[in-house]
Amino acid sequence: MAKKLKRKTQKVHIAFTLNGEPCEVAFAPHKTLLEVLREDLNLTGTKHGCELGECGTCAVLVDRKPVLSCLVLGLTVEGREVTTVEGMQLADGSLHPLQTAFADLGAAQCGYCTPGFLLTAKELLEKNSKPTRDDIKEALSGNLCRCTGYIKIYEAVELAAARMRGEAAEVPEEVVLGLK
Amino acid sequence: MMRLPKFEYFAPTTISTAVKLMGGAGMDGQFVAGGTDLYPNMKRRQQTPRVVIGLEGIAALKRISGDPLSAGLTIGAAVTLTELIENRKVRKYYPVVAEAARLISTPLLQNMGTIGGNLLLDTRCNYYDQNYEWRRGIHFCLKKDGDTCWVAPGSKICWAVQSSDEVPVMIALGAGVKLVSAKGERTIPVAELYTEFDGIRYHTKEHGELLTEIILPPTGHWRASYRKLRRRGSFDFPVLGVAACVWFEADDETVREARLVLGAIAPHAMRVPEAEGMLVGRPLDDASIHAAATAAHAIAKPLDNTDFLMYWRKEMVRPFVEAALKDLRHPRKS
Ligand SMILES: Cc1cc2nc3c(=O)[nH]c(=O)nc-3n(C[C@H](O)[C@H](O)[C@H](O)COP(=O)(O)OP(=O)(O)OC[C@H]3O[C@@H](n4cnc5c(N)ncnc54)[C@H](O)[C@@H]3O)c2cc1C
Ligand code: SF4
Ligand code: FES
Ligand code: FES
Repeated sequence: MAKKLKRKTQKVHIAFTLNGEPCEVAFAPHKTLLEVLREDLNLTGTKHGCELGECGTCAVLVDRKPVLSCLVLGLTVEGREVTTVEGMQLADGSLHPLQTAFADLGAAQCGYCTPGFLLTAKELLEKNSKPTRDDIKEALSGNLCRCTGYIKIYEAVELAAARMRGEAAEVPEEVVLGLK
Repeated sequence: MMRLPKFEYFAPTTISTAVKLMGGAGMDGQFVAGGTDLYPNMKRRQQTPRVVIGLEGIAALKRISGDPLSAGLTIGAAVTLTELIENRKVRKYYPVVAEAARLISTPLLQNMGTIGGNLLLDTRCNYYDQNYEWRRGIHFCLKKDGDTCWVAPGSKICWAVQSSDEVPVMIALGAGVKLVSAKGERTIPVAELYTEFDGIRYHTKEHGELLTEIILPPTGHWRASYRKLRRRGSFDFPVLGVAACVWFEADDETVREARLVLGAIAPHAMRVPEAEGMLVGRPLDDASIHAAATAAHAIAKPLDNTDFLMYWRKEMVRPFVEAALKDLRHPRKS
């Protein structure tokens, strides 16, 4: 059975799970998930960059997989589970270890790419609790950063992974303050 | 925001409804799988279907089935590149298919893009893959809305480049595709899915036909490889792709049959019979590999419409063909 959606002049109405909570929203049917999140749900943590799939800053998790919200039609997430950076915090309201590690290590400068990196790295750490540097590079190879040069981002993912494994990982002073 | 134009969207759950909807929409309709090719094109107004038929909800298009050791493996057209890369049978028996998928775009796009969409990827050109205002600035071009080809002014045909990484691989393997429409279905070799005409009418699929599955041949005395040239290790489309497949005699050494396919240097992926001939009847030694690479280099005529200088892309044909063929040597011998 085909599901016929309403005429293009009308809004579509969908229900889905957004950051762990039920959500209903109405919007023009040709809108992308990125547009729906930012314009109809006022969740501006998800950034818009190229809007053509070429930068990764708009990445969100749909059914726990990172995808580019600029190329997902909003109405196709009906009934699915969407996670944006606004939903990354832990159940007790504290920051996700990745967020803490990014802050500790200065892995964000302007911060524009950060939500996309955080969500992509979150999925990586859910699949692989002890990724190698190469695993991290590969997983994050669809996210561009114009500021950090990536090294601090890789280090932050490693630090977060170590902390999530329960290892007492310290931030080396020189990483934060530079070589003495 | 670069917004999509308005369109009507349908989400059928069966193949028969999908082709019926397409029959009704006619030339105004278009299928979408992952949307990673169609939606950027729609945002740039290169393609403006009024009816879009989503394939995501059709379970029959998402299956990987069959036995690589007997009849071969059948891959549903809407299987994502990530699913292809992660599938155990694909990795074990068709590593070249998984490797080519891994080299496509980025992990995020691989989670969305499908194998069917990849085989039907639009051809690409520096004068075409631009937004509407940019293209209007050059009075458009032959491929869309204009009447001049800016790559070869005076040309009556479009030279936009075949840019899929899996197309050369599937042609080299001799894979097949199944196409279904309201009128019936047919199975053809992947090689026959493409024309050698131009970058506008680049495939032979009828507008209403849905690509439902890709059929990989059974394993046997063959090995295949793929090498890709691009500027960055991620994101970039190929500006040269070399797929090679070689069938060996029972001694596992003498070449019985060879297929060499060059991608991303012309509007269609090109088989190079001259190079294939150099390989047959002898082992894959340095001399035959060198002769094949020289033959491939001679016929490659990339034009100036992708990243990198066309002369350099042509020069890269030789080392890339050599590398792809050396990948096929018996693991013990290399
Ligand atoms: C930044 C970026 C980088 C990229 N890099 C590469 C790259 O390096 N190599 C590469 O090969 N590709 C690349 N791509 C292109 C694209 O992501 C892939 O080719 C992808 O596999 C396309 O699949 P899709 O499902 O998203 O296609 P869609 O956009 O859904 O469809 C593509 C075309 O095929 C048609 N179609 C899709 N499925 C069917 C079907 N079952 N039956 C009939 N018609 C169908 C659609 O109507 C459309 O015309 C890149 C894209 C982007 C945005
Ligand atoms: S090859 Fe010529 S006609 Fe084709 S897209 Fe490029 S400029 Fe346009
Ligand atoms: S905004 Fe989506 S990939 Fe750049
Ligand atoms: S921190 Fe500025 S783009 Fe990454």
